[in-house]
Amino acid sequence: MSAASATTTAVVPRAGHIGLRRVVTDTLVLTRRNLLRNVRLPQLLLFSTIQPVMFLLLFNFVFGGAIGGSLPAGFDYIQWLIPGLLIQVATFGAGQTALGLTEDLSKGVIDRFRSLPMARSAVLAGRTFADLGRNAAVLTLMLAVGFAIGFRWETSFLGFLGGFAIALAFGYALSWVMATIGLLVRNPEAAQSAVFLPVFPLVFASSVFLPTQTMPDWLRVFADHQPITVVANALRGLMLGQQALLPGQSVAGEVVAAIGWIIGITVVFALLSVRIYRRVQSS
Amino acid sequence: MTAHPPARDDAIVDVRGLHHTFGKDVHALAGVDLAFEPGIVYGLLGPNGAGKTTLIRVLATLLQPTRGQVRVAGVDVLADPVTARTRIGLAGQFAAVDEYLSGRENVEMVGRLYGLSARESRRRTNEVLEGVGLTDDAGRLVRTYSGGMRRRLDVAASLVGRPQVMFLDEPTTGIDPRNRLDLWELIEGLVRDGTTVLLTTQYLEEADQLANRIGVIDRGRIVTEGTADELKDTLETAVLEVGAVADDRTVVARVLEELTGETPAADPVRGHLRVPARAGTKTLLEVVRRLDEVGVEPTDVSLLKPSLDDVFLALTGDRPTSVDPATPPAARTPEEVR
Repeated sequence: MSAASATTTAVVPRAGHIGLRRVVTDTLVLTRRNLLRNVRLPQLLLFSTIQPVMFLLLFNFVFGGAIGGSLPAGFDYIQWLIPGLLIQVATFGAGQTALGLTEDLSKGVIDRFRSLPMARSAVLAGRTFADLGRNAAVLTLMLAVGFAIGFRWETSFLGFLGGFAIALAFGYALSWVMATIGLLVRNPEAAQSAVFLPVFPLVFASSVFLPTQTMPDWLRVFADHQPITVVANALRGLMLGQQALLPGQSVAGEVVAAIGWIIGITVVFALLSVRIYRRVQSS
Repeated sequence: MTAHPPARDDAIVDVRGLHHTFGKDVHALAGVDLAFEPGIVYGLLGPNGAGKTTLIRVLATLLQPTRGQVRVAGVDVLADPVTARTRIGLAGQFAAVDEYLSGRENVEMVGRLYGLSARESRRRTNEVLEGVGLTDDAGRLVRTYSGGMRRRLDVAASLVGRPQVMFLDEPTTGIDPRNRLDLWELIEGLVRDGTTVLLTTQYLEEADQLANRIGVIDRGRIVTEGTADELKDTLETAVLEVGAVADDRTVVARVLEELTGETPAADPVRGHLRVPARAGTKTLLEVVRRLDEVGVEPTDVSLLKPSLDDVFLALTGDRPTSVDPATPPAARTPEEVR
């Protein structure tokens, strides 16, 4: 390096630029902030933990007996239900990303962040990481209850962990979808419906609660190919083995498809939401 | 008018030909020119929807304007917003603080986001919390804070990064008079410590009390600029005010109208009648003589210098909001069409 070029870089700084180190620090600072809110907002903590456990108990004890007959031979409903519920809870949990973002937008917090010399990407990254952390805690709690009422993995601990990781990764991918929705809707009340409108049909028209064979053909075609079913199948394959899948499906095939969906959704919606965040003028 | 924008090199805020249009035809800013020197409070005074918040948002790098030039603390805000952000602080119309963090956690977080190390941010946080008088409450969650405390915390958070210029968007809108006085004191303290402050307000008293210079903004333009006294001088005409018991007011009004050719305006509270007194004391003497002739004894006669209120009315055709807490504040109405 010549002395001249060294002088040039020292004397003429580039127009302000946020380095990678700042991106990491800012993301950590905001992740911590968002997690703290979770812990200190009692209703949020209460509902995000009680609701999934309630779903688990209701579905298992109310529908379990009736549904048991339509399951692949030899399955207790709890075995079928837990992998599905992990996906359902991760999906609903991702909705918090939209709600948290719209709340920050409406309260002027995003304005404050945008007026600071911080990494812009940190606002969305910190939000999605915090929601990932919360999802992990809620899923763990739900699994504990699941184990208490009879769930057991039938493959290996590693398979079980793999399934758990896929559920979390899927929730993380959906957080970016929810971030996009939140930034488009901007209003906390509207976000509530905007988030759950697509989530309900996707969760119910899937293999989360029931095998898809009993659905009418048109719905079944959709249900079998939409990402929530694919990911639920991958979880069942990893936790329960080949016998939990339909003929023609393989554990490896479902896992690869699930990972494909997760990566695809994350990339598309992360890019989209960052783009929208850059030009959003807030409320 | 009396505006003397400082030379470009001296100005800490320098705005030229700033236009911003929302959608197709909402001209929020219609050619704003504004420049002032460091170390002062500049008061931007205007009614709701005048463009105050839009201007602040452009200055604070939140909004890319349609066109114009904006320099803040020597930085071209539009070309290099990241550097500009290291030199500014913003406290908006809402206290942008986190309910579920403590006061200290809120400020420390903003310090980190300004790029301070954890230790430096802690040290600086203690300083600014002391400065706004929140040291004793720093450990409590903000959800237990009053509205005034939240505003003060919001200001503290904006100060933690040692900004050269503070933008305060209606800092006292919707808070009670006691807290308003506290905030006024806080803002005066900021300037003593060398921070330049640009504040927007709908309250004349606030601009009169705090601002070294006042720009009146209306329909996206600065319509006049100067010190509070200069603005009052722009209305050369004094005002004659006559008080009378209710039964005599019709007669007084008729006399005033005959002598000045103007329909008197009635003070809504005391019922005093006001007319422009073009001939000053001569008008006053004439009025007193005529009232004596018709046998009316006024309870009060005074010649008034125009108030900022009159200036505002003359310039914008709009009454400013009163700080009187009896009038419901338009506190939470977003100002701009967005």
